[in-house]
Amino acid sequence: MLLTITYTGQNTAELGFLLHKRPDKIQKFSLNYGTAYVFYPEVSEQKTTAALLLEIDPIDLARGKLGSKDGGLFDYVNDRPYACTSFMSTAISRVFGTAMSGRCDSHPELAQTPLRLTACLSALKDNTDTELAEQLFAPLGYEVHTERETLDNSFPEWGVSPYIRLTITGTVRLSELLNHLYVLIPVFDKQKHYYIAEDEIQKLLSHGEGWLSSHPFREKIANRYFTAKRSYARKAIDILLADEELPETSGELAENSESEKISYTPLNTQRMETVKNAVLQSGASSVIDLGCGECRLTSLLLNEPQIRHVTACDVSVHELEKAAQKLHLDRMPAYRKNKLTLMQASLTYLDKRFGNFDCACVIEVIEHIEPMRIPAFERVVFEFAHPKTVILTTPNREYNKNYQFMQENELRHGDHRFEWTRAEFKAWTEHICEKFDYHCEISGIGELDETSGQPTQMGVFTRNG
Amino acid sequence: MKLPVSRHRWGCLQEMDNYRIEIPEFCLVALIGATSSGKTSFAHQYFKSTEVLSSDFFRGMVCDDESSQTASGDAFDVLYYIAEKRLSNMKLTVIDATNIQQNSRKKIIDLAREQNVHAAAIVLNLPESLLQERNKNRPERNFPEHVIRQHCRDVRRSIRNLKREGFRFVYVIDSPEQLAHTEIIRTKLWNDKKSEHGPFDIIGDIHGCCDELELLLEKLGYQKTEQNYAHPDGRKAAFLGDFCDRGNRNADVLRIVMDMVKSGNAIAVPGNHDVKLLKYLKGKSVAMTHGIDKTIAELEEKGEAFKAETAGFLDSLISHYVLDDGKLVIAHAGLKQEYIGRGSAKVREFCLYGEVTGEFDSYGLPVRLDWAADYRGRAAVVYGHIAGTEVKSLNGTHCIDTGCVFGGKLTAYRWPEKEIVSVEALQEYYTPVKPLESQENQNIGDLLTVGDYNHKMHLTTELFPAINIQENHAAAALEIMSRFAADPHWLIYLPPTMSPCETSTLENYLEHPLQAFAYYKNKGIQNIICEKKHMGSRAVVILCRTPETARNRFGITDQTRGIIYTRTGRRFFDDLRIETELLDRLDTVLTNSGFWEDFNTDWLCLDTELMPWSEKAQALIRSQYAPTGNAGIMSLSSTVQVLEQLYQNHIVSGTESEISPEALLTKYQNKLHDMQNYKKAYQEYCWTVKATDDFRIAPFHILACENKVFSDQKHLWHMQTIQKYITGTDPVFMATPYLCVDTSDESSIEQGVNWWLSLTASGGEGMVVKPETYIAKSNGSLLQPAVKCRGAEYLRIIYGAEYLEPEHLKRLKKRSLSRKRALALKEFALGMESLSRFVRNEPLYKIHECSFGVLALESEPVDPRL
Repeated sequence: MLLTITYTGQNTAELGFLLHKRPDKIQKFSLNYGTAYVFYPEVSEQKTTAALLLEIDPIDLARGKLGSKDGGLFDYVNDRPYACTSFMSTAISRVFGTAMSGRCDSHPELAQTPLRLTACLSALKDNTDTELAEQLFAPLGYEVHTERETLDNSFPEWGVSPYIRLTITGTVRLSELLNHLYVLIPVFDKQKHYYIAEDEIQKLLSHGEGWLSSHPFREKIANRYFTAKRSYARKAIDILLADEELPETSGELAENSESEKISYTPLNTQRMETVKNAVLQSGASSVIDLGCGECRLTSLLLNEPQIRHVTACDVSVHELEKAAQKLHLDRMPAYRKNKLTLMQASLTYLDKRFGNFDCACVIEVIEHIEPMRIPAFERVVFEFAHPKTVILTTPNREYNKNYQFMQENELRHGDHRFEWTRAEFKAWTEHICEKFDYHCEISGIGELDETSGQPTQMGVFTRNG
Repeated sequence: MKLPVSRHRWGCLQEMDNYRIEIPEFCLVALIGATSSGKTSFAHQYFKSTEVLSSDFFRGMVCDDESSQTASGDAFDVLYYIAEKRLSNMKLTVIDATNIQQNSRKKIIDLAREQNVHAAAIVLNLPESLLQERNKNRPERNFPEHVIRQHCRDVRRSIRNLKREGFRFVYVIDSPEQLAHTEIIRTKLWNDKKSEHGPFDIIGDIHGCCDELELLLEKLGYQKTEQNYAHPDGRKAAFLGDFCDRGNRNADVLRIVMDMVKSGNAIAVPGNHDVKLLKYLKGKSVAMTHGIDKTIAELEEKGEAFKAETAGFLDSLISHYVLDDGKLVIAHAGLKQEYIGRGSAKVREFCLYGEVTGEFDSYGLPVRLDWAADYRGRAAVVYGHIAGTEVKSLNGTHCIDTGCVFGGKLTAYRWPEKEIVSVEALQEYYTPVKPLESQENQNIGDLLTVGDYNHKMHLTTELFPAINIQENHAAAALEIMSRFAADPHWLIYLPPTMSPCETSTLENYLEHPLQAFAYYKNKGIQNIICEKKHMGSRAVVILCRTPETARNRFGITDQTRGIIYTRTGRRFFDDLRIETELLDRLDTVLTNSGFWEDFNTDWLCLDTELMPWSEKAQALIRSQYAPTGNAGIMSLSSTVQVLEQLYQNHIVSGTESEISPEALLTKYQNKLHDMQNYKKAYQEYCWTVKATDDFRIAPFHILACENKVFSDQKHLWHMQTIQKYITGTDPVFMATPYLCVDTSDESSIEQGVNWWLSLTASGGEGMVVKPETYIAKSNGSLLQPAVKCRGAEYLRIIYGAEYLEPEHLKRLKKRSLSRKRALALKEFALGMESLSRFVRNEPLYKIHECSFGVLALESEPVDPRL
């Protein structure tokens, strides 16, 4: 990966002093994940360019010697050695550390003078968020220029590349430019090559000093910088906002990819609440949560005195581990723990453990089952588990048109095998009722749209007789 | 009633007759005797040490002190726990404790009942004086005199109650002399006829349909002699009970059955109707329902002698038999696995009536539990009792009551041929209360039960005797099966993973055919075959001629007649129209080539490669392969550009710098060149599909069709047969180029290498090298069924664009194949096993465990580049 910094003006060769690197030499630096070279492809009176070339060993990367202790996280076929990522930020701070701090003993005034500087980065991954570069750099006073290619010119139908070649030009101090790059490069590519510890918040704040707190996209920057660590992002934002007088109007919060989360979370809460009430109304005292995920419904049910036992199952062991963590199973008091059984189970295999429950909840699960396996699912739940009540929810496909971020015919989740319209759901409930001798009441959950109904549809099946 | 106790009068020692204790070879034995009566030495003299559970030993086990009475509670808990496990495993078990109190014996009786085994008591009732003397000589465990006295008294008192308490066999040893001459004989259980191998003709419920019985016996080849039927080949009939009631010739049926059993031409188990008849014959009152009135009328006419003979015969019948080395079990109403080979009132009840819930359905008939759905035993269970329109087979059980008396047919099941022979009823003799159970109603068995798979598994296959599946891998397989896999009825085979050849020792290669040839040559395989490796996705294709075949043979009910699925059992195409169209085209090809007729089958399973790769790997290509190429070229071309600038501007003075601009430029020019080649390599395998015509399917194994798995055919046969019947007419179905190589012939090896070079020069994936035979062994151990040998350019997609750079290649050559190879063998064995089980019509759960095993093994972490 490559970074070039070009200084245009008078006596531009002085860039060498500012960077503390001689122009007449290729200098080599051993970093713990590879090798960095600094050289000057162009040195003249009016224009001098310095290049930082970072060479990462793809074999070490793939074999886990770099970036991860476990190994195997990176594939041999990997954009990491080429795309501009947090590796580059680390290299900047190692190789240009002094320049970054603004120190230049030989030319102290020059270091403090805004200069005409151009930085160029190739293969910066913005995942086709075309606004991102502009949003990040323009507020800092740069002219921003991006170039983007197709992903593969032999296959135009594969769409455009997720990478850009970025050129920013501005009149800034060199140390500012370096700090901007240091903070903002990892904002593009959310994946970091090292473990993020809490001291990273301090790093962000110190390199962002003087500009980050007034940056209009500071939340986005903090959120993306700490993608995997939301709590750190929140802390960093709190500190950034503490400098501000006015309470935030947060116009940019409802921005693109986060908007899904914002409108979706309350729907989930609403759904869980509705299902819980339906369970209580059915008079059930023992419940089986089929496809419990992270056990949101289960933990709600455990709080209800009416419910004496909840069995939560999921087919994914990983989900169950997460659920156990979320429920704090290891330190759950004995009384509560005795009410709960957590187990791996599949909805397409007969399972004797499913018998003897008053109520079974199948919340947002059926749409994850392969269509050809639905008949098996039906029999496992309605014929063999055969509880008095079955509560089932699934998305209402018609409502999808209300989600701007969704394309036509797209499903709400990559793992959904289908989503039903209201008529399709109704037909299915009728088929179930007839085949297994239940009756069913259908309702909706979430905001009501006049033409397309509510986002979630719920069926409460009650056994006849 | 006074129960007799076997107590030998031990007067005349000079005869040297031994005191014979006869107990069943499988039972629960209680030793009863005072302390110091020598139970432990007795036990060790007559039983294996593992058969004896001694309370003293378990006291020591739980608290280090064999005589600690406070530890008794814990000690007996453990003892009974182990006793239960042993009995579950059908192992004779001896409880070595004093057992002089009735309540301690009650526990033994309860356990015996629960486990459906007989309890036997062996009492050591030796003179007190002897015991007192022994006790004095045991300084380490000296009991007070009165304890011994009390024990002896308790023993004497216990003896007369033992039979009543429930001990089926009671033996008392009264003197040291008797003890010295005791001999224990283990007798076979009554139901044990494992040494009888038949062949058998098992005949279902007759219910007085004597005309049909005679016709059936004749059809089966039995010849009527005077008063008897016998088979010239020595076959034996096995009657499943319910000889009479409802039909028109009940006494005649009884005559035939009794005569055949008496003459050794048949065996018989009783049915519920027979037991009811016996009750009547013994003078008890029975309800004159379900057709018994007809039988009674006939018997009364026949006279007292006949009635007495019938009563004697019915009384002598054993409720079930285990036959043919334990491979076959017969019982009137069937038998669940845990009851097989056991004897108790409960087992007998089950054999006669099956398992009922106690509830009644709308016809007033008892609601039955479907034990057969849960049956997982190794033995085939053939039974009757529940009349259906056809033989109902499930999980190795076969109900052959086809309702002759209700106007259905009388059916025989031939063992070991597993053939069904029937004669139609001549008339309806009796109207059934509810319609006979038809195929449609017997659906429970087609669902799999999670309890068979969610734990550590031990799989036995013909090719690889023991395959262990760890619990966490089973859990992973359960998830993949549940979330992604197609209907398990289709999953009769999952292909194994394939190992590459050993790493090449040649300088510029990671993989090279010489290693593949050497592997087989060193294992003593002379002839091998090289097949071009198509760069697509592995696809298993199953096609039935009609949806009816899919339904009857595979249990598929959604009207489809075939499937194409991936190596993880996932349906290949989300768009079913594509699947249907491809399958239809395959059918056309097979029909035109006469395959169906020549192979006498109406279904086929093929192992294939489906192209383009981009069709299944779309997500991978767009998220990983293409972006890497894109970022690489973008980044490297910029770098080359600035390095050229550096080189041309002569900024760097050669002496000053340890690295010359020229060297760095060359290095990056190479990297860019590598990256361009990488891009070419993956582009080679991508094309955009616009119509079904754009797909290519290259079959390389004809896996199986009706009655046949083709693992006994050489690969050359597979190649030629595929060319003959499948490829060459429809462009979608593509032949696989191949080359046979003789590993003992240098020129043949050279030819093989050159062929590989020509295949891979233009970016081909490479080839698969296989032994000539489908299954190859060396010194009894299974060899890799195939090793792949991938092209140098192709490997850029696997190991990265720059892998051929010497400093990279050097490190990449350090790789270990052993894990991958072990997996390949196990998965291959499971795949073949799965197919044979399906072809042998084994139950779904037995077939599924193989596919399940393959997925579980695939979840083991192994270098994905191999």
